[in-house]
Amino acid sequence: MKRRDLLAAGAGLTMLALVRPASATPVEMAAAINSFTGGAKPQTGKVKFDIAQLIDNGNAVPVTISVDSPMSAADHVSAIGIFTERNPQTEVAIFTLGPRAGKAEVSTRIRLATSQRLMAVVRMSDSSYWSQGVEVIVALAACVEGEEP
Amino acid sequence: MARALIHMSASAKRGEIIEIRALIGHSMETGYRVGADGRLLARDIIRKFACRYNGEQVFGAELHQAISANPYIAFFTVATDSGTLEFTWEGDNGFAHTEKMNLTVSAS
Repeated sequence: MKRRDLLAAGAGLTMLALVRPASATPVEMAAAINSFTGGAKPQTGKVKFDIAQLIDNGNAVPVTISVDSPMSAADHVSAIGIFTERNPQTEVAIFTLGPRAGKAEVSTRIRLATSQRLMAVVRMSDSSYWSQGVEVIVALAACVEGEEP
Repeated sequence: MARALIHMSASAKRGEIIEIRALIGHSMETGYRVGADGRLLARDIIRKFACRYNGEQVFGAELHQAISANPYIAFFTVATDSGTLEFTWEGDNGFAHTEKMNLTVSAS
């Protein structure tokens, strides 16, 4: 291999290292949701995705997802997934619930790398899927860049 | 040793829905950050959380890097019988932590 090729390869690698972890893409999010639903297309509705639309600090963003469900043995939420479009990785969390939960509501705190679209996808006991998307604006991103030297 | 905090009522009526808030001290290092030496910091996150009520799992979570440091999870469960709720966190580098809380359930 010539020196020129090596340099080009080196440059390529650096680009990869810098760009690749920066963000997933809408296509990757769609693929991740697809693997969560097993190919089924989620319907819109039932799900309430509660998150501030303007976020000062992306390091700890409170989110609450609640689903309109009686949570009975016959009709309940079995899983809630949160997905992001432009974080380094599209999956955020998958929560497993059942009729013993009593109420289909989960809260947590997440990191957001940048302004983007988030999706909450819910699996019901009858294997139907429901989703809700939100657009958020992030002022201070969660530090994917690194710590201060 | 990690420090975990669980907030829930110690007693409930049968059939009542109680809220449980669980927080554990953990840095949740994403593996995407660069350290002072210019190298990537190794990933160190909690990957799993579960709540077992008298041995039966009533809530579970699979966590990824986008969960904030000191993971906080709030959820609900139906009070059925008096007993123990066991909370477990598992993660990278063999991280494991268990907390137990007692719940006294009275007849409605």
